[in-house]
Amino acid sequence: MPEGPSAPRGDEAARLAAYWRANVRTLAVLLVLWFAVSFGCGILLVDQLNAYRIPGTGFKLGFWFAQQGAIYAFIALIFAYVAAMNRLDKKFGFDEV
Amino acid sequence: MDVQAWTTLIVGLTFALYIGIAVRTRAGTTGEFYVAGGGVHPVTNGMATAADWMSAASFISMAGIISFTGLDASVYLMGWTGGYVLLALLLAPYLRKFGRFTVPDFVGDRYDSRTARLVAVVAALFVSFTYVAGQMRGVGVVFGRFLGVDVETGVMLGMLVVFVYAVLGGMKGITYTQVAQYCVLIFAYLVPAIFISLYVAGHAVPQLGLGSTVSGTSTFLLDRLDGLHTELGFPLYTERGAPLIELVAATLALMVGTAGLPHVIIRFYTVPRVRDARLSAGWALLFIAILYTTAPAIAVFSRTNLLQTVAGQPYADMPEWFKRWESTKLIRFEDKNGDGLIQYVGPGFVDAATGVAVANELHVDKDIMVLANPEIAGLPNWVIGLVAAGGLAAALSTAAGLLLVISTSISHDLLKRTFMPRITERGELWAARIAAAGGGVIAGWLGIDPPGFVSEVVAFAFGLAAASFFPAIFMGIFSRRMNSQGAIAGMVTGLVFTAAYIAWFKFVHPELDTREHYLFGISPIGIGSVGMALNFAVALAVSRFFPPPPAHIQALVSSVRTPRGAGEAHEISVP
Repeated sequence: MPEGPSAPRGDEAARLAAYWRANVRTLAVLLVLWFAVSFGCGILLVDQLNAYRIPGTGFKLGFWFAQQGAIYAFIALIFAYVAAMNRLDKKFGFDEV
Repeated sequence: MDVQAWTTLIVGLTFALYIGIAVRTRAGTTGEFYVAGGGVHPVTNGMATAADWMSAASFISMAGIISFTGLDASVYLMGWTGGYVLLALLLAPYLRKFGRFTVPDFVGDRYDSRTARLVAVVAALFVSFTYVAGQMRGVGVVFGRFLGVDVETGVMLGMLVVFVYAVLGGMKGITYTQVAQYCVLIFAYLVPAIFISLYVAGHAVPQLGLGSTVSGTSTFLLDRLDGLHTELGFPLYTERGAPLIELVAATLALMVGTAGLPHVIIRFYTVPRVRDARLSAGWALLFIAILYTTAPAIAVFSRTNLLQTVAGQPYADMPEWFKRWESTKLIRFEDKNGDGLIQYVGPGFVDAATGVAVANELHVDKDIMVLANPEIAGLPNWVIGLVAAGGLAAALSTAAGLLLVISTSISHDLLKRTFMPRITERGELWAARIAAAGGGVIAGWLGIDPPGFVSEVVAFAFGLAAASFFPAIFMGIFSRRMNSQGAIAGMVTGLVFTAAYIAWFKFVHPELDTREHYLFGISPIGIGSVGMALNFAVALAVSRFFPPPPAHIQALVSSVRTPRGAGEAHEISVP
C-alpha cells in the first residue's frame, strides 16, 4: 500500500467541500474575465471595437486589446487570484504555516 | 571596437557568468537535481520561469512574425501569455501540493497506472525533443551570424555551456543561471527597443510609443503604417485578416499548450509552498509580459522603418545593412521589371498611374526584425553584441529546462518509478546526468542537421501538450470520478488525432496545407484545441463504463485540493 493521505471525514470533509466550492466559484469568475478580455475583446469583437479609439492615442480599441490590453489583464487576473485564494485559505483554515 | 569584437566580449562574459553560477550551485541529491531542493523564492522562480519559457522563437522571431502579420499575430501574443492564467488557476498550485518531481509522476500516481505514466513519458519526451532541437538551431544561427563561426561550431559551443550547468547543477544550477539569463535577455531586448522608440515616436516607453504620434508630426504611428500598407497594396496592419474560427482555435491551442508544457510545469515544484506557486505564476507572467508587450511595438517601429527605407527606392541607394543581410540570403531582391527600384508591394498591387499590375521584388525574412533592428536604426556596435547575447540567453535557458525534462523522464519516470524501483539515489543521480548529457548530444545533432521540420515544431509541441497533458492533469484534479481507463483513452485519442493531423499537412501532403483543405478551417497550429476537446470527450465517456478510482486515489485528490501541509517536493517511500 503506497503511503498517502487518508480520506477526510465528518467535519473535515464538510469544510473541504465548502472550501472547494468557493474555490471553483472564484475560478469561474476569473476565467469568465479571462475569456472576455482575450477571446472576447481580442478576437470575436475585435472588428467592432476597432471602430473606437483610446482617446489621445493611435490605438484602435480592438487592436490594443489583442496586442497589449489582454496581456495586462492576464497579469491582473493572476494577482487577483492569489489574493482571493489567500483569503479563502485563511477563512476555511487551510492556510499554510 | 567593431561589432565582432563587442559580440565576442559580451557573449564571452555572459557565458563565463553562467558557468560561474553553475559551479557554485552543484546538485548533490536527486531533490536538488530535480526541483532545486524546493526552496526557491517565488520571485526568483518567476524570473527563472520567464527565461525557461521565452525561447529563441520569442526573442528572435516573434516581433518579426507580428511585423509581417499585423493584428492576426495576436494569436501568439495572447496564446503564449494567456496560458499562464490557466496554469496559475487550474494546475500549478495543485501540482505543487502533490509535490513530486515530474509531470508523468502526477499522471502515473493520480491514475495509479503504469500505462498512464508511460503515455505521459512518451509525450514529454516527444514534446521536449522537438522543442529543444529548435533552440539548438537558434544558438547555431546566432553564432553563425554574429561571430562568423559556422553553425556546427556554434551549436557545439552552446551545447558545451548547457552541458556544464544542466549536467552538473540539475534544476538547482538551471534555476540560478536562468535568473541571470532572464536579466541578460530582457536588457538586450529593451535597450534597442527604447532607442528605436525614442527615435521613431519620441517616447522612451515602447508600449506607449506604439500608440503615439510619429516624431515631429501629428500623425499617429499606427495610422502612418496603415497608410503605407494601403498605398503599397498590403492588407491593413491593425485589422483582422484570418477567419474568427482559426484565430480562436490557434489562440486556445497555444494557451492550453503553454499550460501543459512539462518544462514550465516542473518549475512550480521548486517553490516552498502552494501559495508561492500561485504567486510565482503571477511574477513569471509579469516578467514575460515585459517582453511580450514590447514586441508589438518593435514590430510596428521596424515595419514602418523598413517600408520607408526600401519601398520604391533605388536599389543602388540601399544602406550598408541591406547589403550585409542580403549576403546571408535573409533579404532577397530580384529586379523583375529591371527599373532599378525596389518594388515592395502586396499581392495584386496595381500601379494607379498606369493601371499595370506590379510584382513584389523583395523578400525579407522575419528573423531580421529583431536581429537587424539595431543596425537599421543605426545604434552603436555594443547594442548589436548585446542582442546576440540576448538571443543566446533565450535559447540556452529554454534548452536547459527541456534537457532537465528529458533527463528526469528517463532517470526518474522510466528507471526509478517503472523499471528499476530499487535504484539507489546515487545511481538515479548518475542516470539523470547521463540522460541529460545524452539528450544534449541528440539535441545538438538535431540542431546541426535539422530533419527539415524544425520550423514546424511549434505546432507539434503545443498541439501535443494541449491534447495530452492539460486535460489529463486538469481532470485528475477537478474530477474525482475520472479513472485511469478514461484518462488513458483520452490522452491516446488526443495525441493520435493531433499528431496525425499535423503530420498529414506537414509531411504527408504539404501541398494540401491551405485553408480550404482544413477540418473546420482550422490549421495545424490550432488543431491542438480540437485534440484537447476530443481528449475531454473521450475521457468523460470512457470513464463512465469503469468503476470510480479506489479510496486512496480519492484521498489523494482531496489532499491535492487543499494547500495545507505541502512540504517539500519529495521522493515516495518504496515499500
